[in-house]
Amino acid sequence: MTSPAISLAHRRPIGERIIERLLFLAAALGVVTTIGIIAVLAFETYEFFLEVSPIEFFTGTRWSALIKPQSWGVLALISGTLLVSAIALLIAIPLGLLAAVLLAEYATPRARNVIKPILETIAGVPTIVLGFFGLNFIAPQILRPLLGTDNIGVFSALNGGIVVGILVTPLIASISEDAMRAVPRGMREGAFAMGATKFEVVRKVVFPAAISGIMASIILAMSRAIGETMAVVLTVGTKPQFTFDPTESVQTMTAFIVQISIGETAQGSVEYRSLFAVGATLFLMTFVLNLLSGWVVRRFRTAY
Amino acid sequence: MTITKPRRLATLALTGALAVAACGGGASTAPSTVPLSGTITIDGSSTVYPITELVAEEFQLANPGVQVPVAFSGTGGGFKKFCVGETDINDASRPIKAQDEAEGLACVTNGVEYVELQVAIDGLTVVVNPDNDFATCLTVEELATIYGPDSPENLLWSDVNPAFPAEPVERYMPGADSGTFDYFTEEINGETDAATTFATQSEDDNTLVTGVAGDTYAIAFFGYAYYVENTDKLKAVEVDGGSAFGCVAPTAQTINDNTYAPLSRPIFIYPDVGKAKERQELKAFVDYYLENTNAFSAEVGYISLPDDLLAAEKAEWAAAVGG
Amino acid sequence: MSAFSPARPVARFEPAVMRRKFTGTLFYGACLAAIGLLLLTLVALLVDVFVRAAPWLDVGFLTGVPSSRPARAGILPAMVGTFEIGIIVGVLTFPIGVAAAIYLAEYASDSRLNRLLQTNISNLAGVPSIIYGILGLALFVRALAMGPTILAAALTLSLLILPVVIIASIEALKAVPQAQREGAYALGASRWQMVSRSVLPAAAPGIMTGIILAMARAIGEAAPLILIGAFTFVTFLPNPISGQYTVLPIQIYGWAQRPQADFQGISAAAIVVVLGLMLVLNGLALIVRVRLSRHIQW
Repeated sequence: MTSPAISLAHRRPIGERIIERLLFLAAALGVVTTIGIIAVLAFETYEFFLEVSPIEFFTGTRWSALIKPQSWGVLALISGTLLVSAIALLIAIPLGLLAAVLLAEYATPRARNVIKPILETIAGVPTIVLGFFGLNFIAPQILRPLLGTDNIGVFSALNGGIVVGILVTPLIASISEDAMRAVPRGMREGAFAMGATKFEVVRKVVFPAAISGIMASIILAMSRAIGETMAVVLTVGTKPQFTFDPTESVQTMTAFIVQISIGETAQGSVEYRSLFAVGATLFLMTFVLNLLSGWVVRRFRTAY
Repeated sequence: MTITKPRRLATLALTGALAVAACGGGASTAPSTVPLSGTITIDGSSTVYPITELVAEEFQLANPGVQVPVAFSGTGGGFKKFCVGETDINDASRPIKAQDEAEGLACVTNGVEYVELQVAIDGLTVVVNPDNDFATCLTVEELATIYGPDSPENLLWSDVNPAFPAEPVERYMPGADSGTFDYFTEEINGETDAATTFATQSEDDNTLVTGVAGDTYAIAFFGYAYYVENTDKLKAVEVDGGSAFGCVAPTAQTINDNTYAPLSRPIFIYPDVGKAKERQELKAFVDYYLENTNAFSAEVGYISLPDDLLAAEKAEWAAAVGG
Repeated sequence: MSAFSPARPVARFEPAVMRRKFTGTLFYGACLAAIGLLLLTLVALLVDVFVRAAPWLDVGFLTGVPSSRPARAGILPAMVGTFEIGIIVGVLTFPIGVAAAIYLAEYASDSRLNRLLQTNISNLAGVPSIIYGILGLALFVRALAMGPTILAAALTLSLLILPVVIIASIEALKAVPQAQREGAYALGASRWQMVSRSVLPAAAPGIMTGIILAMARAIGEAAPLILIGAFTFVTFLPNPISGQYTVLPIQIYGWAQRPQADFQGISAAAIVVVLGLMLVLNGLALIVRVRLSRHIQW
């Protein structure tokens, strides 16, 4: 008596294990990348800290790498990064989530096929193009007339925040929308059956059920905003200062790294090495952020 | 505006002349009929880039077998690549730092032999808004008051010169990592990179143009090319360098003969001499560059070299590569 | 008097219901306003760019090579460079990214190691592009001696967007209801069969969206490529393995910094071209997604 099921059962486990190994290797590639980044950053950062005191670096609020007298307080750059990112998230989270809800709950399939491409087009605009848009349009035609040319200059954290916010909105919208659409129809229908309005279903059923995906999208957006380079370089300027005034020109950590990399600095100098120290700080910041986010997401995951 | 036909003829004649003059010490004096081929990689300063780009373009048109990609990673990044042998020529808006381990020392370690050739002059122009009728001439001391490291945040024009109105000075300046900034601060403030932190900085000089053009009490400085393109929106300030010439306006002439001082700065190329001795196309390219730099640099807004200086650079190059 | 009125028992709820419905309408209006604002921004961007680019866009521009004279300049080498990088990046990140996502979403137990892998990947997603540029320069251009070529650039950009692709794919995979998996198991499928035939097709639209967004970002990157040596003045068509190259974003950046006003015009024209490229990519993604989601219902 033949038993094809048994002969199949012998073959499958080995193939399965090979597949699992291959998939594991793909995931482990990330570790190799991280090790590479750490190796490249660590060496130069070490050399940097031989010349500059770590205490001055981490506690100082004045950053002046290229203009004498030199000062190495990275808090000035961190404040610039956080300021721009905060403004960006203030714009992107409401816009992105409202768009996501519209797409997931209200829009007809035909409307979806119109709205989703709009979001994807915005996501597809290269950051350098958005940067020029901020520089050539938003600042001179919107921000300065609105707020007064005495109050806001050619460069400002606000301009950068707006541009990065636009950049990051589609990210929040599309991932949150996927998360919301994944909520089973049954849960919504149960709420409708109990007399809830559509808005209430969204607010009390869909949103909480999708919260972990939504939060993942926000954390991703935050990381993206913090790491954004070209759009910020063109709109925010190169004036490192410790401030939380959005009308001021500041400098973010990423913009500083670019400035040094493509400038005239000799590449064996302490100024050049400082970019690795800043890069390492940035890396640490996003690392802590992501650890935090992992914890938050795990706490709020809904099983259904 | 561009005169291409005579330039084409000159290029063809020059190529022919180069082919004839190709050195090598061989007995043959017949003109070489083998067209040049190969790739010449160039990187370095974004200031020098426009000239090099034009030279490369014309050279490639005359010598289709040669490819000349030109990049602008910056003088520092360019030197790092040059001194490990990755590029054939480095564009530089400042001299090489002989003691830097990524530059001079690396070149020594890796056996990269170079020669510093000045190819043009850039006149740093101080500009104000066209409606500014009081700051027609500024002394070096006045400029230092405006841009020096001790300059206060709310500097007024009347603090610079009592005859000027009591309005805040809107200061703009190029990014601190540019050769323009380095040179200006060294000449005006007495120390490279020493400057006020209260100015609006921009890596893109076009933004400085926009800033000054839109603000009556603004002031900025940048390369002559950016002024020349925007004479309708800007006014150039005469600079009194303390010499017998008094207030001198930046023009092609005054920059060329260095009466516009101290803000005329040299810009360089650093060819790899070792490679040029082995590769005909590289030597031909540098020859072509020196031969045409005066014409080309004027076209992109830089100032040509005085004849004696150009002759000296050519001689230095000829001596370095031999023949 | 009792509030209970047998004729219209729901009457006392009506004001509350009206209020709730009104709030709902307000919310709907806010959603529409959000989309409207985004659309308006996009339109403003396109109009602003098109107006500046219009005099410079012609066939000569698309087929020509860069020049010091704006009137003669073209972007063919930049387009080819962008195109070649895009293809290589897509080919590399699609299998690796999806494979990693499948492992983390379907195979990995909740062990310390696997959580570490996941955290590591989320962390990499936030690393700025310029740091990948530094890594790429040290690793691909120098250590592996590839030189400043398209292959090195594509590898660097692949590393850059791989974490994003993985995360987006994981979310898409997790969005597939458990019922799909259990149904496949019930029919006797092995884990790989379940994943490849039941879960993956269902997650395909989300995965494709993630990949297209990531590829679009990779093509638009400028800063890391400047570091790796995307030569800006290239009059020849790049060879992927050995050639120097340039890409559209760098051409845009380079031209915009020139003082001559005409260069601003061709920079804007190049922006139009790159936006057109994005539009084509997004259109492709749309078609793919629509085709793939037709049969999904849950």
